[in-house]
Amino acid sequence: MVAPSGLISLALALALAPMMPSIINRTKALFAGRHGQPWLQPYRELWKLLHKGAVYSHTTTPVFFTGPIVGCAAMLVGLLFVPLAGTHPLISFPGDFLLVAYLLGLARFFTVSAALDTGSSFEGMGASREVFFSALAEPALLLALATLAALSGQLSLADIFARIDAGVLASGAGPALLLAAAAMMVVFLAENARIPVDDPNTHLELTMIHEVMVLDHSGPDLAAIQYAACLKMWILGSLLVSVLLPVRSGWLLADLGAGILGLGLLAVATGVVESVMARLRLVRVPQFLIAASILSIVALVLVVR
Amino acid sequence: MGLFGVGLMVLIGGGFLSLGLSKTPKTAAAVACFTAVGGSLLVLVGGLAVLCSGSPVEVRFAWHVPFGSCSFGLDPLSCVFVLPIAAVVAVAAVYGREYLEHSCRPSMIGVSWFFFNLLAATMLLVVAARNGLLFLVCWEAMSLASFFLVMSDYEREEVRRAGWIYLAATHLGTSLLLVLFLLLGRKSGSLDFDQFSSEPALAGTLFVLALVGFGTKAGFIPVHVWLPEAHPAAPSHVSAVMSGVMIKTGIYGLLRTLTFLGQPPAWWGWTLVGIGAASGILGILFALSQRDLKRLLAYSSVENIGIIALGLGTGLLGITHRVPAMAALGLLGALVHVLNHALFKGLLFLGAGAVQHGAATRELDRLGGLLKRMPVTGATFLVGACAVCGLPPLNGFLSELLIYLGVLAGVAEQRAAVSWAMLCVLVIGTLALVGGFAAVCFTKAFGAVFLGEPRSDASRHAHEVGPAMRYSLVTLAAACVLVALSAPLWPLVFRSAALTIVPATFRAETAAAAGRATVPLAAAAAAFLAFLAASGVLAAVRKRLLAGRRIDRGPTWDCGYAAPTARMQYTASSYTGPLVVLFRMFVRPRVDLRPPEGLFPIRGRYASQVPDLFREYFFGPVFAGIAWVASRLRWLQQGRIQLYVLYIALTVLVLLVWKLG
Repeated sequence: MVAPSGLISLALALALAPMMPSIINRTKALFAGRHGQPWLQPYRELWKLLHKGAVYSHTTTPVFFTGPIVGCAAMLVGLLFVPLAGTHPLISFPGDFLLVAYLLGLARFFTVSAALDTGSSFEGMGASREVFFSALAEPALLLALATLAALSGQLSLADIFARIDAGVLASGAGPALLLAAAAMMVVFLAENARIPVDDPNTHLELTMIHEVMVLDHSGPDLAAIQYAACLKMWILGSLLVSVLLPVRSGWLLADLGAGILGLGLLAVATGVVESVMARLRLVRVPQFLIAASILSIVALVLVVR
Repeated sequence: MGLFGVGLMVLIGGGFLSLGLSKTPKTAAAVACFTAVGGSLLVLVGGLAVLCSGSPVEVRFAWHVPFGSCSFGLDPLSCVFVLPIAAVVAVAAVYGREYLEHSCRPSMIGVSWFFFNLLAATMLLVVAARNGLLFLVCWEAMSLASFFLVMSDYEREEVRRAGWIYLAATHLGTSLLLVLFLLLGRKSGSLDFDQFSSEPALAGTLFVLALVGFGTKAGFIPVHVWLPEAHPAAPSHVSAVMSGVMIKTGIYGLLRTLTFLGQPPAWWGWTLVGIGAASGILGILFALSQRDLKRLLAYSSVENIGIIALGLGTGLLGITHRVPAMAALGLLGALVHVLNHALFKGLLFLGAGAVQHGAATRELDRLGGLLKRMPVTGATFLVGACAVCGLPPLNGFLSELLIYLGVLAGVAEQRAAVSWAMLCVLVIGTLALVGGFAAVCFTKAFGAVFLGEPRSDASRHAHEVGPAMRYSLVTLAAACVLVALSAPLWPLVFRSAALTIVPATFRAETAAAAGRATVPLAAAAAAFLAFLAASGVLAAVRKRLLAGRRIDRGPTWDCGYAAPTARMQYTASSYTGPLVVLFRMFVRPRVDLRPPEGLFPIRGRYASQVPDLFREYFFGPVFAGIAWVASRLRWLQQGRIQLYVLYIALTVLVLLVWKLG
């Protein structure tokens, strides 16, 4: 199904996605007692990178610059299917959430391949951790989405989130929704390379996961990677916010406003988590992610009982 | 059927001709390759005609076969398997001609091609046979032809061992099938498929016999043990045929048996889902811990057979519980995955053969940087790797999408039972986990072989393969993309095949549900096109942005280290190390570590290997026990002729007494 009103939320996503890391950074600055970077800093960085040349390693092949292109294209296509807080996305069909999840997988496959293409042992290590952790996060995300599908009896994201409203809460599905949201929050943090799984501000290549994979990228390639990261955060954030804000007014602008406010609050919450928590030891991360899968399973059992 | 028959004749005739022409290997190879391609294409057209018309055809010959008639037929279910068999055989034959020229002794080329054509023909006969005895004869011929192909390199000890394991496993499986067919034909006294019937009391036993018997060929865990031994040992074009399509004849046999058994009870579906989950997760875990490229691919076949079993189990549960969408989508998902796996696994095995040919090794930790030296092989391998991970915009995604949707449709329609939650967790959790692990496994395979710097001299001096091998790789890669882009077609083409398994009373609803499967697949195909367009636009934008700007080349950033060497790269083993450690309960790597000692350490040693869990801890001890019992009976067999005459006399005496008394 194609809904023209989805163009509005698509345009909002494309324009506002870089604000999320900006809000996170300002929140962290507030906690640290710093002034923080300007609000529009992510846009400035993208602008600067787009106007630069590039440096490539002798080792690399075309896979290296295909990685950012595929990553960005996958996120752009994924956005077509993702609704924000009950509004209709541009396109929806039964099973579209599986396509979105697998598009994230495609982006990861190519990011990792681009990292391995450099032949650097640091990037190899980062790639190894990235595929390891995301393999464990995948069941948590898909089982949480399956929970929502079972709860609403629908198979497309638009229909699923249209049904998850105050009525569902009243029917006693609150605990299941909360558990699914908790699992999705863990996936949100892990997939967006945030504390407690990864630290975007770490200064040692040895301890990085996501950042180390893009060390060799520069210029427009790096811009594509950074923008794709913002879009990924927007996609996963929209799913989470749509669960956590089960209130649908039926007015497009009001719902969109609520959704964007929700995303802003999610960014603040992420900033708070990053400020008050330490990163988990690498050997503890798998347990953290498996726990998210277990939360999803419990939610599913609560729904399909 | 006419085209199919002619195609078979061409295949078999070509095989015998090439055997006769053994003295002139070049001619033998040319004849065999030409007949294999021509025969397969004829068969392909014949199969497609039946599949599109949807009406089965049958031929009965007047020849006498014990317990029935000599009959062959093609129905939609057979044709679903004819399609990938013919396609992969044709491509593998083109590839094999060039491949064997470099890797096979000239005197053996004629023989090798004879068995290759025989294998192709017998696989097709297996899916076309309509009589139990005929089926078993073709089945046995297929197993033997592939056994001789596995033994091509018989001078190497590990190849001989792999061959014997394969021979033993396939015969143990076949012995169960013999019992299965005898029980099925007991009532009517005929082994013709249309006379088969099962008594309700026996249906469960028959299902288990089929599951183990056919499952041995298909490679279900735990009877998969022959697969990771035999597939890597065979020449690569044969591995592609064996892993891509021969193991699917096991799936075909299971499906054909299900059509005789009637309404499936719930435990059949649950068993298949359980086996699918175990095969999927353990298969991919073993795959990602391998260091030999072809062994890795063989274990990944176990995983994909697991995905097919998940689809079948979902479909059967849909039939049992009368949920049409679940039955249709589950069965369709399994059947489409049969085709998809044939294409991408064929591609990957041919790619592995090209790597072995170009770089003279298959060991992941000795390869690297091949994409620069073998661009076509590398690019097509990348396509296959993405497809096997189920990633859009390739064909692997379609079948997984169908299976996911089948389970979700079931849960959405009919809930309120803990068992449905269990099903959801088992199928969706397994598919998701397997998808994640497959990404680990195949980024490792692609990364270690094709990216980075070469890890050995052999891979530094690797060269691209010849034109015939390149064309075969490109053909299969293109087929993967084409199948994906024509996604909405497949439910319609495969619908009648899926319906043969559904009991007649439930067929109409299931057919309607199968028709509705085109909606998500059409949307997925549109999304694939959108993705390709978006990538194209982004690539053009990047090119435009970089035009005229300064582009520098330098070494890879390694914390300012001045003289990086290829040996400092992350290796394939360390790439999957953390996962193997997390799942050491199943994978059980065997480590031989001698650390450097003393003040001036000179040498240390580290070696690790991952033996198969089931071979090591189950089949190994069991067969050792059998060997021990057999060795206790050695006193009976002493080689004295007088003693043997005594045995014969005693046996005759006992028989006489038994008959007369």
